Amino acid sequence: MALSQKTKETLLGPLNTNNPIVVQVLGICSALAVTVQLKPALVMSISVTIIVALANVIVSLIRNTIPMRIRIIVQLVVVAALVTLVSEVLKAFAYDVAMQLSVYIGLIITNCILMGRLEAFAMTNKVWDSFLDGLGNGLGYSIILVVVAFVRELFGSGTLFGIRIIPESWYVANGGFYENCGLMVMPAMALILVACVIWFHRSINKESK
Amino acid sequence: MEHAFSLFIRSIFADNMVFAFFLGMCSFLAVSKNVKTSLGLGAAVTFVLLITLPINYLLQKYILSPMELNYLSFILFIAVIAAIVQLVEMIVEKYSPSLYASLGIFLPLIAVNCAIMGGSLFMQQRILLEPENVKAITSFGDSVIYALGSGIGWLIAICCLAAIREKMEYNDVPKPLQGLGITFIEVGLMALAFMCFSGLNI
Repeated sequence: MALSQKTKETLLGPLNTNNPIVVQVLGICSALAVTVQLKPALVMSISVTIIVALANVIVSLIRNTIPMRIRIIVQLVVVAALVTLVSEVLKAFAYDVAMQLSVYIGLIITNCILMGRLEAFAMTNKVWDSFLDGLGNGLGYSIILVVVAFVRELFGSGTLFGIRIIPESWYVANGGFYENCGLMVMPAMALILVACVIWFHRSINKESK
Repeated sequence: MEHAFSLFIRSIFADNMVFAFFLGMCSFLAVSKNVKTSLGLGAAVTFVLLITLPINYLLQKYILSPMELNYLSFILFIAVIAAIVQLVEMIVEKYSPSLYASLGIFLPLIAVNCAIMGGSLFMQQRILLEPENVKAITSFGDSVIYALGSGIGWLIAICCLAAIREKMEYNDVPKPLQGLGITFIEVGLMALAFMCFSGLNI
């Protein structure tokens, strides 16, 4: 199946030039909070991608029957139902990660990416396009999460996915020269790292801004 | 009494919604361009927290947990929040048109502010804590105090950021960092400063 130009734009735009986090400034809360380690960040990205895509499809299917005045409540209920499903699945199959993510799974409901995409795209577009848009935005969100989590886990605790990358013998405690950067694990560093990502993104995409 | 005071101070500073948990970040970044609107939004968030959190506390304590319906909590909490926000909007529109005009667009958006939902979800976790724990919310009064403290913490945070951003207007920032980038760095530095409070014990 050949993808048309428009389809491509809908799917791939959010990965770079129209990224939900660094360009549209949506979904910052969870992006910052879950990036101390790669594993929870990855689980969070997958959950958000699935939920955005499905919520977009459902809202797009019922878009003509939703009364304008209560549309926000309808959208919230659709999203809340999906999030409950994902949360129960995580508790059943990945309990420790679900505990680590704690309230942030529930907070996917109020993730601005969801409401933003539902309002701006799914309410006015066809089902298939909405699905691609949701998928694209979810992946755009995932890229940033994984990049930030990669840096924070590597420098903050010397591991990736919990596997040691920086050898034990390098540490000062074992007579080496290396010490973990404790600041990386702190919440403040997530903000500054995202700022660096934005800086980098804007300097290579000059024409977009 | 001592517990209530400690909970109040902790939720303003050490457990600040913005700097410790990154909640309500989206509107925090979008609205903090000047101090006056920030103050209005902060007050509105505090007000909505103050109503929704105790209601959700009662729901959790007397309906959800005795009947073991915990998996319904997301839907129920968000429905309460959305309904209350709609109600507050209608009441404010009727009785104080001037306040309504100044808050206008922000009021409906509070429904999707993570700080409100986050407050309820944290409360749900903290009910289970031992009563001696400083973070525990064991009574209706505690939930009101926690809501008030979190709201005030958010209000302080957004006003501080707005004040810094007003000053930063005149600074020469590298081009790609302008706007969003530099704001993130400012918030990061403020979060560093707020970390000093995390050792606070009363």
